[in-house]
Amino acid sequence: MNKLLAEEIYYYMTLGRRFELAAKEHYMKGDISGFLHLDIGQEGLSVAAMKAFEKGDVFSTYREHVMAIARGIDPKAVMAELFGKVTGVSRGKGGSMHLFDPSRFFYGGDAIVGGQIPNAVGCAYARKYKEEEEGVMVIFGDGATNGGAFFESLNIASAWKLPIIFLCENNRYAIGTEITRVSPFLEQSKKAAPYMPVTEVDGMDAIAVYEAVKEAQREIQNGRGPIFIEAFTCRYEGHSMSDSGSYRSPQEMQICKAQDPIERMKKALTESFEADAETIESLERRAQKAVEEAVEFAASSPEPDAAELFENLYCKRCGNVVS
Amino acid sequence: MLYREALNRAIDDVMRIDPDVVVLGEDVGLYGGSYRVTEGLVAKYGERRVIDTPIAELSIVGNAVGMAIGGLRPVAEIMTANFSLLAFDQIINHMSKYRYMSAGKITLPMVVRFPQGVSRQLAAQHSESYEQMLSAVPGLTVFAANDVNYAYHALKKAVLMDDPVIFIEHELLYNKKGDVDFNAELDPFKARIVKEGEDITIVSYLKMVDDVMASVGKIEESLKRSCEVIDLCSLNPVDYDTVAKSLKKTGRLVVVEEDHKTGGYGAQIVSNVCEELFYMLDAPPLRIAGEDVPIPYNRTLELLSIPTPDKIAEKITEWGRRNGL
Ligand SMILES: Cc1ncc(C[n+]2csc(CCOP(=O)(O)OP(=O)(O)O)c2C)c(N)n1
Repeated sequence: MNKLLAEEIYYYMTLGRRFELAAKEHYMKGDISGFLHLDIGQEGLSVAAMKAFEKGDVFSTYREHVMAIARGIDPKAVMAELFGKVTGVSRGKGGSMHLFDPSRFFYGGDAIVGGQIPNAVGCAYARKYKEEEEGVMVIFGDGATNGGAFFESLNIASAWKLPIIFLCENNRYAIGTEITRVSPFLEQSKKAAPYMPVTEVDGMDAIAVYEAVKEAQREIQNGRGPIFIEAFTCRYEGHSMSDSGSYRSPQEMQICKAQDPIERMKKALTESFEADAETIESLERRAQKAVEEAVEFAASSPEPDAAELFENLYCKRCGNVVS
Repeated sequence: MLYREALNRAIDDVMRIDPDVVVLGEDVGLYGGSYRVTEGLVAKYGERRVIDTPIAELSIVGNAVGMAIGGLRPVAEIMTANFSLLAFDQIINHMSKYRYMSAGKITLPMVVRFPQGVSRQLAAQHSESYEQMLSAVPGLTVFAANDVNYAYHALKKAVLMDDPVIFIEHELLYNKKGDVDFNAELDPFKARIVKEGEDITIVSYLKMVDDVMASVGKIEESLKRSCEVIDLCSLNPVDYDTVAKSLKKTGRLVVVEEDHKTGGYGAQIVSNVCEELFYMLDAPPLRIAGEDVPIPYNRTLELLSIPTPDKIAEKITEWGRRNGL
């Protein structure tokens, strides 16, 4: 990793954290509604994975704002989607959980736990079929590794040697249920190990995540088949805004926050990349400004009009829309 | 008592009298249930009887079927109706069919509960209603609770019954207040007359009953006619006697439902009424239902996608005028 990239990752992590804090604030004010899942604590993982897997398709979950932004989707369009505005990524129809941008190969927003995994496998098949090299990355939580879709996908991806990275964000909790209460393992990579190479990485260390994903992308190419990466991480907030997260002890949270990915990235920037305080501050200022602009844009954007309700249900050029 | 407290109390009451009753689902134990329906049960009955499962809906229902075969009375919770789709193989191929396929030798005393419906901006993958599909499965009994008293008695009965029951709840009803008459003998298969009237029979269930009740004043005022409101309570089987008795009086049928109109639950009601009671009708039946679109996130669009009290009043008034009321 070079200095420029390290700075970029730091920028997006800071932007991500501040974006999420702003989203939280506007949820409490009532500008955002529904289920809002914050990525605070996991930004290093989200940003580094996106930056490492620059090209190729990414499938993810409902906890995807920061990934979407790191993938290059304008924070304004993401915030506007959270506000339910027509200028949002999904024209206000998807909301926080459903952010998609095929022009950036980003299929972020599946809110059915595990549902996106077979889709990613199918996409990997298609990309291989078309001899496109970049492959696919599918991101899911520890909670998704207990469902059939996950196991079926491991089997198929491995049997067909598909170019896909399975990236498990193991934050140990599926809403209020701690993983070892419903799985024999804390490490979900154990489930994948019979099918494919697995690696574990510290998900609070953005640089380590970056290296792991970069390496994995090289590995999945040339017909060698899938790879499983497990990144251990920690979400600071409740599962969503409707959950206080009170099932975790203050001690547990303290240990977790001591690993703060942003602080660690800042330290790496200063120590390994010799970035000066001025550079870091200017990155932070830029991030802050981007968030403020996003909120302003979202707040001042128009609502979708009523006709939007029936838009995008069928493809018009397919000829099956009777007007 | 709140609707969710009534449900909690019903489960608690059967767990106390029958040690074979177990509860299973995602976050039902230590967390207390995502809508707090199972709150406190794990403290009372322990983790052997209040079982936190992984996120594996197919197994939740499939295991419940096996538990019932093995002699227990499972009460499974699916966190939100949309996730029940992952369990449809178990619900339809297993839960509903064991009894018939075994010529009655196997019975499945089990309940699958789930919250459904449009809540508040939960978007397309968390807002749907599946009563139309579930009621179309022979072998399943389907209860839908609007009323707090019904919620208590019907759930209790569902758990104690030997047939498999789908118990549908609406997410916006959990905080509804009402009285429970614990000593009442309530027949959960019987429809409930929520309001008596002479001229229009409005059939509904779940949350839409409340929306209908909120619109009735306006309808009666503008049409100068009175409405009889029926809460179906049991969606399969349907208490057609109560519906017929009402139609005999009013001659006019409106069905109000939140699910998508095409293939929606009310279509079956209208169809059966037309087949059996056609000559009782003085006007073509009216269906008010959700639009045929996935539920959008934006609040304005979301409300446009489903019936609301204003829309119900408007549509019934307009239909009434067209049909000589
Ligand atoms: C099929 C399905 N079942 C249940 C849910 C409800 N639900 C949403 S997120 C979640 C927990 C997921 O935990 P995990 O996969 O670890 O991801 P995290 O939220 O921790 O990122 C649950 C149970 C759902 N959305 N889809």
